[in-house]
Amino acid sequence: MIVQQLVNGLTIGSIYAMVALGYTLAYGILGLINFAHGDVYMVGAFVAYFCITVLDLNVIVSFIISLVISGILGALIEFTAFRSIRTGSRSSQLISAIGVSIILQNAVMLTMGSDTKPFPKVMNTSVYEFTNITISSTQILIMIVALIFMIMLYFLIYKTRVGISMRSTAQDAAMSSLMGINVNKVISITFSIGAVFGAAAGILVGIYYNSIVFNMGSSMGLKAFVAAVLGGIGNIPGTMLGGIVLGLAESLGATLISAKYKDAFSFIILIFVLLFKPTGLFGKKEIEKV
Amino acid sequence: MIKVENLNIKYGGIAAVRDVSFQVEEGKIIALIGNNGAGKTSTLKTISGLVIPSKGRIFFEGNEITGMKPHEIVKKGIVHIPEGRHIFPNLTVKENLIMSSSSRNVTKNKFYEEMNNALQSFKVLKERENQLAGTLSGGEQQMLAIVRGMLQAPKLLMLDEPSMGLAPLVVEEVFRIIKDINNNGTTILVVEQNAQVALSAADYGYVMEVGEIILHDDAKSLLANPQVKKIYLGENDD
Repeated sequence: MIVQQLVNGLTIGSIYAMVALGYTLAYGILGLINFAHGDVYMVGAFVAYFCITVLDLNVIVSFIISLVISGILGALIEFTAFRSIRTGSRSSQLISAIGVSIILQNAVMLTMGSDTKPFPKVMNTSVYEFTNITISSTQILIMIVALIFMIMLYFLIYKTRVGISMRSTAQDAAMSSLMGINVNKVISITFSIGAVFGAAAGILVGIYYNSIVFNMGSSMGLKAFVAAVLGGIGNIPGTMLGGIVLGLAESLGATLISAKYKDAFSFIILIFVLLFKPTGLFGKKEIEKV
Repeated sequence: MIKVENLNIKYGGIAAVRDVSFQVEEGKIIALIGNNGAGKTSTLKTISGLVIPSKGRIFFEGNEITGMKPHEIVKKGIVHIPEGRHIFPNLTVKENLIMSSSSRNVTKNKFYEEMNNALQSFKVLKERENQLAGTLSGGEQQMLAIVRGMLQAPKLLMLDEPSMGLAPLVVEEVFRIIKDINNNGTTILVVEQNAQVALSAADYGYVMEVGEIILHDDAKSLLANPQVKKIYLGENDD
């Protein structure tokens, strides 16, 4: 029973981790919490849904189209909602993000309808049984896709020039521009990458639960935010682990305590993290040397 | 090489720099000295594009660069090493140096060759190349900032307070390196509160006070100038 919950927790945890990375990337580079990120996750799922059901495209093609569109959307959100108030107050950035969130939800609701959509069946779900656990092919798919995405992100951030520019901009934007970096471009790229991760997670969730709805981003957005804070927002490996830990805690809590409180666990965790370790499990203290 | 005309800089309506004009000739070391708050740093920041002037024009090699973005200006060959060094503490020493290729138009191999040559002459940095730059000592960080600036292949290298927070021996070392860089053909504009050390290295100097240039002359003459001696070198002329 507990092992089974570990598998379920890992699956949903991989999703949390992918969405949480969008928060961490935006926070790392601009120090702002992009509360519209959950809705990018929703848009990603809907674009794929539209491509598969209306345009009748192949799943992989739809997946890629959705990632591209979401990537552009991410950069567009940064450009329209955050760029002009980059040095503004935290509260104006927060209001701007909530505004984007409302716009995205309403745009999808008006064009696609407010009812829950059945996400098309894209693969034959087979279930593998081992001694005392069952694991479905969709669960395996989610974990593999999440793993591939996270490895790619790690490689991008730590092993490429773009990654060095992203890290340098996060540390010192003015100095990065003196080094010849087009800081605005790097910030756009960062938001795009975050959005791509959100969209990929949205599609995976559509496949996993077979249903999508225009406001699915709200609760996922909050939970992924908790995952990011838990792991240490701004810290990429920490955020990945934060997502997994949250997924496991939720699944185990639902089994061991009560399934009714499944959603409450994330917020209880958030409260405890903020009380006892506000920098998150893996967040480090700012090192400043003059 | 660089010509600044009637530069005015305001921060929220308060004038930080008023009608400053000066020029830097190719191949020379020019020192801009003055106390804290004189407007030296603002002047450098305006040349490199970090600050937009309220009035005035800046020309580099005959072309106007006023109002261009920092990442465009650095590609023209103006490299600015700001006050406090601003190395990237959470990047490794090597990654800090790799950043320099952003403003360059060279192949990766050529750049790595230059970088490795530079590391050969700065053994301390070579030994620590995979260490986070934030773990270096102040002097080492200043070396890193200078090497990083050099790898940007500047025509004009602007240094803001390179002596700040360094032990006297290290300051000497830093200025020896600055002179070496100049001997290899790079023009230098150095901003310093430490007038003695800056003017000793420079060919020509400008003295700034509360946003204006109050004096300019050959560096040697400035060192002998009673007013400069009194204010900046802490000597009494009587």
